[in-house]
Amino acid sequence: MSVLVFTENWDGNFKKLSFELVSYAAKVAEMTGTTATALSIGQVSDDELKKLGNYGAKKIISLKSDLLKNLDSQAYTAAIAEIAQNEGAKIIVLANNNMGKSIAPRLSVRLKAAIGSGTNKLPLSTDPFVVYRKVYSGNAFAHLKLNTEIKILTLMQNSFDPVETANEASIENREVSIDGAMVKTQVKDVQKQTGKLLLTDAEIVVSGGRGMKSPDNWGPLVELADLLGAATACSRPVSDEGWRPHEEHTGQTGKIVAPNLYIAVGISGATQHLAGVSASKYIVAINSDKDAPIFEAAQYGIVGDAAKILPQLVNAVKEVKAK
Amino acid sequence: MKILVCISNVPDTTTKVKFTDNNTKFDSTGVQWVINPWDELALTRALELKDNPASGVKGVTVAHVGPATSEPTIRKALAIGADDAIRVNFEPTEAYQVAAQLAEVIKNEPFDIILCGIESSDYNGSTVGSMLAEFLNAPSVSAVSGLNVENGEATITRDIDGGKETVSVPKPFVAIVQKGIAKEPRIAAMRGIMQARTKQIKVVEPVSVSPLTELIEFEPPKPRAKCIFVDAENPKQLIELLQNEAKVI
Ligand SMILES: Cc1cc2nc3c(=O)[nH]c(=O)nc-3n(C[C@H](O)[C@H](O)[C@H](O)COP(=O)(O)OP(=O)(O)OC[C@H]3O[C@@H](n4cnc5c(N)ncnc54)[C@H](O)[C@@H]3O)c2cc1C
Repeated sequence: MSVLVFTENWDGNFKKLSFELVSYAAKVAEMTGTTATALSIGQVSDDELKKLGNYGAKKIISLKSDLLKNLDSQAYTAAIAEIAQNEGAKIIVLANNNMGKSIAPRLSVRLKAAIGSGTNKLPLSTDPFVVYRKVYSGNAFAHLKLNTEIKILTLMQNSFDPVETANEASIENREVSIDGAMVKTQVKDVQKQTGKLLLTDAEIVVSGGRGMKSPDNWGPLVELADLLGAATACSRPVSDEGWRPHEEHTGQTGKIVAPNLYIAVGISGATQHLAGVSASKYIVAINSDKDAPIFEAAQYGIVGDAAKILPQLVNAVKEVKAK
Repeated sequence: MKILVCISNVPDTTTKVKFTDNNTKFDSTGVQWVINPWDELALTRALELKDNPASGVKGVTVAHVGPATSEPTIRKALAIGADDAIRVNFEPTEAYQVAAQLAEVIKNEPFDIILCGIESSDYNGSTVGSMLAEFLNAPSVSAVSGLNVENGEATITRDIDGGKETVSVPKPFVAIVQKGIAKEPRIAAMRGIMQARTKQIKVVEPVSVSPLTELIEFEPPKPRAKCIFVDAENPKQLIELLQNEAKVI
């Protein structure tokens, strides 16, 4: 028995999400009277692997097979299922991101294991095993009972704080029985933006809507974001119009984010927009219409013209920083 | 070459979500039902491909697992341009059952490309497409933001953290699509609506699949604290509150 947690790496490195996952798995293990084992796939150094131990993994399994260089949903599923079975894992934790979403449901079918996808909390109880998850695009939550012996959980990013603990973990390099014929995905080209803070990783997001009036007005918004170490985002019409790149579109049909702080500038707060941002810990709204629905979702607000307020906020942050 | 688009029937995205029976059932009183937004985009892309003779795509079918009451949504898909439809006469309680039923359909009537939306706007599970692929033992590609087919050969663009990858997988495969797959959902024209009336919806009886999960209850979101307004003449105060009260900057 154990809780198995799969964490991907980014060019051989882990990031905060990895530590959130391992901390979460360690806590679930504690709740179920067992320990957490972390699984890493890819070329990750022992020094980097050890970090997973600092967040509570008792054992770290590393698969370095070249066949798993690129994400192939079937090969990854086979590899994780094999390790889960060898370890006798009863609970498997993955991230609710692109990688996790392409593997976890396949694992569910392969292992006939019920899945609680996109949870943002520890299980509400472990016997019966009840998970808490968002439904209706954030307009409600469900208490879902998982009725199978093996259970799969996918955790929302930025929903569980990493907890560092003093802990000695062992590292084991393993092989799995995957052959080349199993890998069906051929990667022909990769385009990566480097050096840019990813929207989904950001703890602060500054987002602009149609109330920004024109693509030429984004200067102070971007400056504010830079000063705060924030990522920039936008509403759907803004990306549809080509004012801002598509990667910045947040909401039901765009990126779903849960930063500590989401600053919505000139965004009305349509339900479809809120669906992607309502899990933010704090929402700030700047809008010229005092009746805009965004103020119902916000904790702090300013009623006024974005063009006037943004430069003043930039100055205020500069002042605070200078202190 | 044939494409199957799996569609879910969901409450309109502006629906005020309410529950009945001690918060165990979604209250569908007065609710408008629509094709799940991503499935609509998937259908749009499938039809765009079919419109291009060089793609080799000859037919677009939609499949839905649900009771007869969801037929208006299926008709909508036919009006938008799908050639025909399959409905599995079963009211599922979870994704696992939907995927298992769809897999049966495809085992009996093969398709080359199967499209699913990244999630349904009601259950937000992001699971049906990949589960279906696993039932079929077929490759799946998730987070697909581009799909091109030339002479029956598919090129797929998928989103990865901070970028995109161009990939290919052998057919048949399942592509789980998201933003970017098509620009705007295609809208049914009058002619399409007329034609849809005579298009076929094949009804198939379900196989028996026990659920793996059980809904205990729904919980409405906790009301947020009332918004604290900062004077527009003094935006600096906002920064102070974020720093000293919320402690987020
Ligand atoms: C199926 C479906 C899915 C959708 N998915 C998404 C999604 O994922 N994300 C998304 O964002 N939308 C989505 N939408 C669209 C959504 O319904 C709204 O139309 C959209 O969010 C509105 O964008 P906005 O707030 O930028 O623009 P608007 O609604 O036009 O609001 C602009 C706001 O700016 C304010 N304003 C105007 N001038 C100023 C000024 N000078 N200073 C300050 N404020 C000013 C106005 O008061 C207004 O509140 C979806 C719609 C559908 C039907």
